[in-house]
Amino acid sequence: MNGFDWDWQFTFEVMPTILEAAKVTLLATLLGSCLAIVVGLSFALLRRSGFFLVRSITYWIVEFVRSTPLLVQIFFLYYVMPEFGISMSPLLTGVLALGLHYGAYLSEVFRSGIDGVEKGQWEASRALNLSVFDTYKDIVLPQALRPMIPATGNYIIAMFKETPQLSAITLLEMLQVAKIIGSENFRYLEPFTLVGVLYLLFSLIAAYGIHCVERRFPKEGITLK
Amino acid sequence: MSQPLIEFQGVEKRFGDTVIFKDFNFSVEDGEIVSIIGPSGSGKSTLLRILMTLEGIEGGVVNVAGEPLWHKRTANGLVPADNKHLHRMRHHLGMVFQHFNLFPHMSVKRNITEAPMRVQGKTKAEAEAIADELLELVGMSDKADMYPNELSGGQKQRVGIARALAMQPSILLLDEITSALDPELVDEVLDVIRNLAKKHSFTMLLVTHEMYFAREISDRVCFFDQGAIVEEGEPEQIFTAPKETRTQAFLNAYMSQ
Repeated sequence: MNGFDWDWQFTFEVMPTILEAAKVTLLATLLGSCLAIVVGLSFALLRRSGFFLVRSITYWIVEFVRSTPLLVQIFFLYYVMPEFGISMSPLLTGVLALGLHYGAYLSEVFRSGIDGVEKGQWEASRALNLSVFDTYKDIVLPQALRPMIPATGNYIIAMFKETPQLSAITLLEMLQVAKIIGSENFRYLEPFTLVGVLYLLFSLIAAYGIHCVERRFPKEGITLK
Repeated sequence: MSQPLIEFQGVEKRFGDTVIFKDFNFSVEDGEIVSIIGPSGSGKSTLLRILMTLEGIEGGVVNVAGEPLWHKRTANGLVPADNKHLHRMRHHLGMVFQHFNLFPHMSVKRNITEAPMRVQGKTKAEAEAIADELLELVGMSDKADMYPNELSGGQKQRVGIARALAMQPSILLLDEITSALDPELVDEVLDVIRNLAKKHSFTMLLVTHEMYFAREISDRVCFFDQGAIVEEGEPEQIFTAPKETRTQAFLNAYMSQ
């Protein structure tokens, strides 16, 4: 092993295995994002509940999740939950941990998005006797969505870059696979570089995608005829 | 004499330490058109907002159509109203806002059909038939598929009126509906209200700074100051021969502008 002799043949040899692992990384991110959005929206709405107890319990859950490391949450779900009779596959655990962790962050994004909708919109909805549910569904959320897009996108990209933490619970995602390849062949340069480049590539594509979504999204929100 | 349609009995309203109403009494008869004038901060808009259930009250009772608005009658007397009661009571009322508060992401037509469909369970066709009729009434038939940001202020407010009417309220609350408009757009909105007043037997409660309009349209004018009705009476009397010095001062200041 002497420094910078890049082996193209080895690179192409390991590429399919790493790309295969990239699917796991992307799948975890995709499912994690979906869960995070659902969790985030639920927390955001619970934070606005009319009941003080619901509001404050939600507040403390969000604070707790945000103030503890993701890795601790991953370990807890994977190693401690089986003691309570709940054991899950590494992927499911990973999706759950990412969804919960980033859901807590997203709830703040969603909350400020909802707060950003003018008070007059709530008043008009009330004057028209719309139910709280219809007010959120038809009036508030369609307008709150656009300002939420950039920050939500950033968190999803951040989540994507945190997936290597799932290697700690033996999930065979990109970095874990690269490490295994490295240790089997005593060459780390190519696999790790590949992983880095793939992360960069995916992040750039995702950032561009989010930018496009934001730009094409109507300024008034989801338009309803 | 029949029971008034709207009745404030000893109402108290505070914002923190600021007292808006204290032992406030006020009533409106069925079919009456009442204008409320007075300096800003006198509680004019708060009165409408209490009726529209946008602001609660700290004391007293407000009756609408013979039922307490903010309370429910029980065997143990009046208790604070729950959402269900407020929902039911709101059917009596419709409100047009100073800043329109149209839904910007909905077409003009959808702005009007939203509540009839969601609240009254009307079909799309039924709601759209109502919307078409109302858009014609406010002279906006050709703008049905446009979005609020494509309209002028006067047009927005005419849609606001149509939207409130779509729920068929018996009481229409108009909260400074021309205050946010450029002067040349005021008349197109007031014309709509004039028409309404002529054709329909609404009870209307309007807070306004358009003195000529108040004089022309109202059955009764109330001058508010510091959360109390200083003087009320027929428009001719209030505008030509106000009895109270505060009313005189206010009107003088207004007319000299």
